[in-house]
Amino acid sequence: MYLASVERPAGAVDRGKRIAANVLALGTVSLITDVSSEMVSAVLPLYLVVGLGLGPVVYGVVDGLYTGATALLRLVGGYVADRVRRRKLIAGLGYGISAVAKAGLLAAGTSIPALSAAIVADRAGKGLRTAPRDALITLSTDPENLGRAFGVHRAMDSAGAFAGPLVAIAVLAASGQAFDAVFVVSGCIATIGVLVLVLLVRDHRGEPRAAGKRIDLRQLRHAGVRTLLIAAALLGLSTIGDGFVYLMLQRRENLATGWFPLLAVGTSLAYLVLAVPLGALADRVGRAKVFLGGYAALLVVYLLLGTSWGGVPALVTVLLLYGGFYAATDGVLMAFAGPLLPAEIRTTGLALIQTGQALAYLVSSVLFGVAWQWWDASGAIHAAAIAAVVTLGGSALLLLRTRREVAA
Amino acid sequence: MRRGLLAGVFSLVLIAIAVTYVVVAGHRNAAPAAAASAVDASPGDRILFRSTAAASYGRAATVARAAPAGTRTVSALDCNRLYEAAGVGICLRPDGPLATYQLAILDAHLAVKDTYPMVGVPNRARVSPSGHVLAWTVFVTGDSYNGGKFSTRAGMLDVATGQTVDTLERFAVTRDGKPYQAVDLNFWGVTFVDDDHFYATMSTAGKRYLVAGDIAAQTVRTLAENVECPSLSPDGTRIAFKEAVGGNPNHGWRLSVLDLATMRRTHLAETRSVDDQAAWYDNGTVMYAVRRGTRNSDVWSVPADGGGQPAILIPDAESPAALWSN
Repeated sequence: MYLASVERPAGAVDRGKRIAANVLALGTVSLITDVSSEMVSAVLPLYLVVGLGLGPVVYGVVDGLYTGATALLRLVGGYVADRVRRRKLIAGLGYGISAVAKAGLLAAGTSIPALSAAIVADRAGKGLRTAPRDALITLSTDPENLGRAFGVHRAMDSAGAFAGPLVAIAVLAASGQAFDAVFVVSGCIATIGVLVLVLLVRDHRGEPRAAGKRIDLRQLRHAGVRTLLIAAALLGLSTIGDGFVYLMLQRRENLATGWFPLLAVGTSLAYLVLAVPLGALADRVGRAKVFLGGYAALLVVYLLLGTSWGGVPALVTVLLLYGGFYAATDGVLMAFAGPLLPAEIRTTGLALIQTGQALAYLVSSVLFGVAWQWWDASGAIHAAAIAAVVTLGGSALLLLRTRREVAA
Repeated sequence: MRRGLLAGVFSLVLIAIAVTYVVVAGHRNAAPAAAASAVDASPGDRILFRSTAAASYGRAATVARAAPAGTRTVSALDCNRLYEAAGVGICLRPDGPLATYQLAILDAHLAVKDTYPMVGVPNRARVSPSGHVLAWTVFVTGDSYNGGKFSTRAGMLDVATGQTVDTLERFAVTRDGKPYQAVDLNFWGVTFVDDDHFYATMSTAGKRYLVAGDIAAQTVRTLAENVECPSLSPDGTRIAFKEAVGGNPNHGWRLSVLDLATMRRTHLAETRSVDDQAAWYDNGTVMYAVRRGTRNSDVWSVPADGGGQPAILIPDAESPAALWSN
């Protein structure tokens, strides 16, 4: 019933250690943009169902377009950004497309194809901008502080995601339930995000390539990169998706359906609080360890979901671990990958790793749905736990070996 | 520094534009309200509906059976979707300004007797013929946390006993004669036979089924494929529904009638795509809303036997319920 989002927010609090101005600027852009995009996400169902009177199935069709649009564009965006050595330009293009898409939603009226096009454009913009933005963060930060830098960025990003729905509700209340006002405000906020990017974020273009020399994608076959890609994709196979985790919690705890949205809020809170500490920890003790630790937390989540331990303590523990899983993996993976990738192909490399994880996750969430149908919920979660043990073991072998190689 | 200043100035300008738009939109929607009057929604020769006319937008209203396009009696009650039978009504309406919704139980004069908070966006509403059991469908979605994928939930409330069915997804499903379980079950569009039996739409694995349900036994079983938003005729023999053209909802819906004895389908004379749960005007006629622009709609009627022509029954209206008994 719930499809995957390919990206997630992250977060935590800045303790005042030195974070590059460029990272803070990028964090500000992400915060503002997430306010804008989450405003729309929050009211889009209302708009389609109450505003336009669409029935369930049409809404599903429009909504399903969300997922496919990002993966390919992410790779293309990454490659082009490296090719022209303009990460800021490509990221800006992505933010810009999403801003224009808000106007498209308004202009589409009741036309389903036009609405779909606007939604796809919004998502495409998101796919395009992610890898260049993460590459800029790595290029703006000393390699040893990357974990914390990503933690701060993801914290700001997720603060925006929190504020978005609240702003949307405020706009609806102030305008007498006018959906067009939400889209206009969202478009204005998205434009502010683009402006902040253009005016305050600095591009890192790096050394110009020798005339006529093309970027060498074969560098992506470097052992460290390849291992990380395989390990990340392998671990991606053990994620079943938020929808399924919350559904299991809801059914097991017999929660009234009203609690459902709060499960996501709980996870995000844990994520927000833990992102910076875990990022900083990754810088100190090693990113591989924290990254693997995050997936170990996910494994514990599956194991807990497979037991009969119930009640509020179980619920809080599961959500804390699940938020911790995100905090220990999302930004940390980028911090891990950045230094392994030569600057001239870094955006492509990051895009490749993100896409690899996203595709693996798509496969595993579909398989989990099938397993649920076949074996019932408890059988499926046990299967997921077994898969998590296997992939975690395999990745640990791969990643810890890489670390020795790098050290040597 | 100059760049920071520039960013600040531009941002302020954009924020000013946004705020201005919100204020203007707020005033634009404050249309002069029609005077509210006492509305009789007890059984009798009238149709209850939701008005989309500018002066009474969103209000529950009635018209006389004899003159459905004539003078309407408008209540003070705002509903997104409503229905009434045997003097008991259901109204799904906004709950405060926070884009949340509630279910209001109405009496025969549209006075609110009780309310329940709802999770999700209201879509369909029905009352059993006796007025004892209410059913509703909501969309549950959709921020980025759960991936934005939609699902629907159909629930029920027995007004007499206070018993609720939180979501039909918990019912035991029999598909094509065999027990069936899946995580992607969605239910919508309940229509009642009596206080214990109903029909509804169930979707799973990309298909949409007509199901027959038993509330006491907590079971549903599939009867036919490609039947959405069923509506049982007053004599209980036929179901009006929307049939996805070519089995694909992307191609729109054809309003149709299914004979429950023979399982024969008849396409009705309405050829526009109808995305509504139809209601029966009498045993020979169905009525349904057709959208006009982003805010308005009209209630049309068409013969249930496939003949005749669709005609506007109530202009500027939707969510109709005939209050007489057939």
